[in-house]
Amino acid sequence: MAEIVLDQVTKRFPDGALAVDKISLDIADGEFVILVGPSGCGKSTTLNMIAGLEDITEGELRIGGKVVNNAAPKDRDIAMVFQSYALYPHMTVRQNMGFALKLAKTPQATIDEKVNEAARILDLTQHLDRRPANLSGGQRQRVAMGRAIVRDPSVFLMDEPLSNLDAKLRVQTRTEVSKLQKRLGTTMVYVTHDQTEAMTLGDRLAVMRSGILQQVGSPHELYENPINLFVAGFIGSPAMNFMAGTLEEGSLRTAIGDLPVTPQLKQTLERANAGRQVIVGIRPENFEDASLVQPDERGHGVTFHSTIDVVESMGSDVFVYFTQDGGLSATTDQLADLAADSGAGDIGASAETVTARLNAVTSIKEGDDAELWADIRSMHVFDPDTGKNLTLGTEPAATAGPAAT
Amino acid sequence: MAMATTGRQKTGWGTANTVVVVLALIPVLWMVSLSFKTPAAVLDPSFLPAGRQWTWGNYTGILHTSQFIRPLINSIGIGLISTLIAVVLASMAAYAVARLRFPGKAVLIGMALLIAMFPAISLVTPMFNIERSLGLFNTWPGLIIPYVAFGLPLGIYTLSAFFREIPWELEKAAKIDGATPFQAFVKVIAPLAAPGMVTTSILVFLACWNEFLFAISFTSTLASRTAPASLAYFSGSSQFTVPTGPIAAAAVVITIPIIIFVVFFQRRIVAGLTSGAVKG
Repeated sequence: MAEIVLDQVTKRFPDGALAVDKISLDIADGEFVILVGPSGCGKSTTLNMIAGLEDITEGELRIGGKVVNNAAPKDRDIAMVFQSYALYPHMTVRQNMGFALKLAKTPQATIDEKVNEAARILDLTQHLDRRPANLSGGQRQRVAMGRAIVRDPSVFLMDEPLSNLDAKLRVQTRTEVSKLQKRLGTTMVYVTHDQTEAMTLGDRLAVMRSGILQQVGSPHELYENPINLFVAGFIGSPAMNFMAGTLEEGSLRTAIGDLPVTPQLKQTLERANAGRQVIVGIRPENFEDASLVQPDERGHGVTFHSTIDVVESMGSDVFVYFTQDGGLSATTDQLADLAADSGAGDIGASAETVTARLNAVTSIKEGDDAELWADIRSMHVFDPDTGKNLTLGTEPAATAGPAAT
Repeated sequence: MAMATTGRQKTGWGTANTVVVVLALIPVLWMVSLSFKTPAAVLDPSFLPAGRQWTWGNYTGILHTSQFIRPLINSIGIGLISTLIAVVLASMAAYAVARLRFPGKAVLIGMALLIAMFPAISLVTPMFNIERSLGLFNTWPGLIIPYVAFGLPLGIYTLSAFFREIPWELEKAAKIDGATPFQAFVKVIAPLAAPGMVTTSILVFLACWNEFLFAISFTSTLASRTAPASLAYFSGSSQFTVPTGPIAAAAVVITIPIIIFVVFFQRRIVAGLTSGAVKG
């Protein structure tokens, strides 16, 4: 068992590319921390530095209080699960799982005992004498986990361990990973680009972008109080809607209408020295079919009309998509990053499309000119230049949780 | 080839292939036929030896003389030792070429290619003098060293193609599992590259086995003369007989291992020769 401390850890590749820029992160003993971000954000490099597979250019890495910058992977008491599982194809499952112990010259009886124990936990007992090539994807994944468990390390490192599984199996295995971590109580650092995986698994999330740590916190914290545009857009599915807004005499003019600026918000914006141009962020679930909103609730938001382009019924909810003129085109680099990550640029979706999640009983149909309501208590206001969340921790909804729909 | 082969195409290819195979096989069959002819029948123009002229004599003759047995032992010994050394060294070099970034990598690859391309005949004279002054002339090492040198480029190229196909993450996994780089190589990478090693060994061994120029230049007695070179020194049953029959028989004997290799490892050899040529 060990805590991991990253102190201003920096990775610069020989060609000068800065992969990780001064990341500082304290991971407590037994904690489950997720490094999440779009591809190329430096999360895997960070994990490899913790593992000892990449050198640390600057900064200090401590595992269990010991500086391990220059320690070989085997001296760090860590185990790692790779995206491709990296099982040794010429060894049986048993040999794969026992390889580390064998290298450490553990007595054969102990190896057998530990391998059998791990196989039992992971339901691999009947496959122990097969080779990886004869196993299904899910079984291979479990062998990779088994190889890590057998060593009884003080830290587990996982590099997108579920990304090669099909969707259904991924959800199932996700739960297994979570249970396993709780059961073993081992510190775990887990890398993923999938924000859903990140939200459901971790005690804490560390969101990275372009080699820089953006924000660290519990899933709830990141969801409710994203520090900037990037985190706001990255966390949550479907993603937060962004619209351009202009501050004008006590109101905030946006594509969905003039939003009232509360004295508190006004004060915050003044203190933050906000310009007149801002970006407004509203999550899909903060919209509702106006006819379903109780009269006493209506006052907390604004009502507006829009033509619905697409309706997707999920059974429990209905997603509606509409376009608002005068909406935002992704001008900031943070939004451009988000668009690139979600593939919005590839499918030709514009940032002006707004997604709303409505109650399943709504009768809104495609092509309707629907009346919608947006809860502005959970609204976020961002500085378009720096991307900073200007409303951080000020709006009442931050403590009240998402508005009931 | 998405197109379905038509009957005409089949006939065309069939004819072309037959012509090529016949052209390639006639000398070999002729050699086999000669090896069974008595000395008197050697000049007989008929392809198959006629009744009375059929003999095993050439074979029993060469297999009972140290003129051939000893060179055969030399060939096997020198071939195996050269192959072993060349493949072990080549696998290490190929691993470095495939996996590591180090200064001078391009130079190393270039040098290996240069050696492979260098006409051997131009090296014979200087190497002859070097070997004589070093006392290597007419010894096993005198042939093993140049064979290793010329086997290395082939080995490095073939093996690095095989190493490149092994996922890098396996090595990282081995490192995490506590393996030293050497252990990772021996216990994880080498077993996975075993097919490549076998292929390379066969290619290198065949090259050594067939080598004639160095074998004839750097040897002077049975102490180190290899089988192909020994053929040139065969004498007939009397000093007035041209030893055509025994030479043919010996040539057949030294061809047999090659045929066995090719028949059993045909797919591997092709894989080795074309590895890296196309991806996947």
